[in-house]
Amino acid sequence: MTDLAWIDASLIAARPRAIGALVRYFRDLDTAEEAFQNASLKALEAWPKHGPPRDPAAWLIFVGRNVALDAARRAQKQTELPATLVADEDPDAVAAQLDHQRENADYRDDVLRLLFICCHPELPPSQQLALALRIISGLTVKQIARAFLVGEAAMEQRITRAKARIAGADVPYEAPTAAERATRIGVVAATIYLVFNEGYSTSSEQAARAELCDEAIRLSRLLLRMFQDEPELMGLSALLMLQHARTPARFDEAGEIILLEDQDRTRWDAHLIAEGLALLDKAMRHRRPGPYQIQAAIAALHARAIHQEDTDWAQIDLLYASLERLDPSPVVTLNRAVAVAKVRGAAEALAMIAPLERQLAGYFHFHGLRGALLLELGKKSEARTAFDRAIALARSPAEAAHIRLHLDRLQQKR
Amino acid sequence: MLYAIFCYDAEAVTCSWSKERDAEVMASLAAVQRPLVEQRRLGPVARLMPTTTAVTIRKGKEAMVMDGPFAETKEQLLGFYVVDVATLDDAVEIAQDLAKASGSGGAYELRPIMTYRSNTTLAATA
Repeated sequence: MTDLAWIDASLIAARPRAIGALVRYFRDLDTAEEAFQNASLKALEAWPKHGPPRDPAAWLIFVGRNVALDAARRAQKQTELPATLVADEDPDAVAAQLDHQRENADYRDDVLRLLFICCHPELPPSQQLALALRIISGLTVKQIARAFLVGEAAMEQRITRAKARIAGADVPYEAPTAAERATRIGVVAATIYLVFNEGYSTSSEQAARAELCDEAIRLSRLLLRMFQDEPELMGLSALLMLQHARTPARFDEAGEIILLEDQDRTRWDAHLIAEGLALLDKAMRHRRPGPYQIQAAIAALHARAIHQEDTDWAQIDLLYASLERLDPSPVVTLNRAVAVAKVRGAAEALAMIAPLERQLAGYFHFHGLRGALLLELGKKSEARTAFDRAIALARSPAEAAHIRLHLDRLQQKR
Repeated sequence: MLYAIFCYDAEAVTCSWSKERDAEVMASLAAVQRPLVEQRRLGPVARLMPTTTAVTIRKGKEAMVMDGPFAETKEQLLGFYVVDVATLDDAVEIAQDLAKASGSGGAYELRPIMTYRSNTTLAATA
């Protein structure tokens, strides 16, 4: 690997821990970000000369803190102070100077606080995602703007607004209690899942958005590495991996979506599936089921079915039933109806989703599924009405194209 | 003499690699291994899953199963097993049997294997 590639990978990996510690120190997001930025520049000078420091995060925190303090001192005295920077020193000597060697456990609350700040409940989800990707993942404003399909200036403004809101919000800097920690983990996990879904609900041409899936998986691994005995975090990681494993098979050459049942399963990412299954296996030993674990278990049943016909729909129906109890929502019931249709027939599934009509009237998938069930029952004109409404609600050409396929088949059947 | 070679690196870094970079690294490692396989000098090669998938069993009167990798520095790596099981529970059971049989302290870390090549019977053991 070249120096630059190695340094880049190290900076990305060290970023959450380093910025997390700098935020605790400066109690300000912008100052911490700038300190990290400056430390990264020093790293680009020093690391190729001296080789990699033993603990890149500790190095970056130390240097970032010094640079920021020097700047503050200079600004205060309005005079030039001799630079006491360490960029030319041996990085491991620098690490040895640190007041204490920070272990994984010491970083935990710093990183969790940083994650929590970015996912602060006072921020609207769109700002949470943008801020998390900017601060924690270190994506550029340009990259994030592209991923969310908005202009760069608009994204810049969104992030600035989010930061302003955080500055005015109540951010706890003391170590959290066990209960507070659990709440924060839950909030952060939800945002990671949102990041993933932003990337997943996209078409193949938009590679920038697909990168969000990789980023979400990376963040879920980071969180799990810090909180190793949280079964729901294992479930979240497993869920993201099992879903992302299908990505190579999800789109055809024209960029149109291929439904799960029509995907070429040999193209699924076997490594990601194996890791997802291992994590789920580990989570289940705790016997403390939760929504992420159950959704991962459903994804695992799909992943384990070598052919579509092997899918254990009865088990999927049961899992959705427990998800309905644990975390009820119309979308969960809608998903369950897909399994019910396979196990007990289209009529029963249709009856199941009938009460959802008002809540899901504006939801593409509701009308898509309803159309497919009606079609299966031979109710062609009702099916056509449902498909037409689905197309009107489609959020991407791929979604619309998929429904048009159904309509074409309808046409042929006449 | 047979030697085991253990690989260490910062997981946060290697897990940040793109698919392409990962493939690149694996390919250049494979190029080193190929002639060794041909000379029957390379035994099993395994790539482990990240430590997030690990559980550790602390030996003792009652073996304790904990999430996460083995993180102590007081003990040294003495050996390893590769077992073929259907679930993590089965692997834990085997490790617990081993723990009982060994009658000493220490720990076992259980880590799923991502890729495994048994390669060939080594000349020294044939």
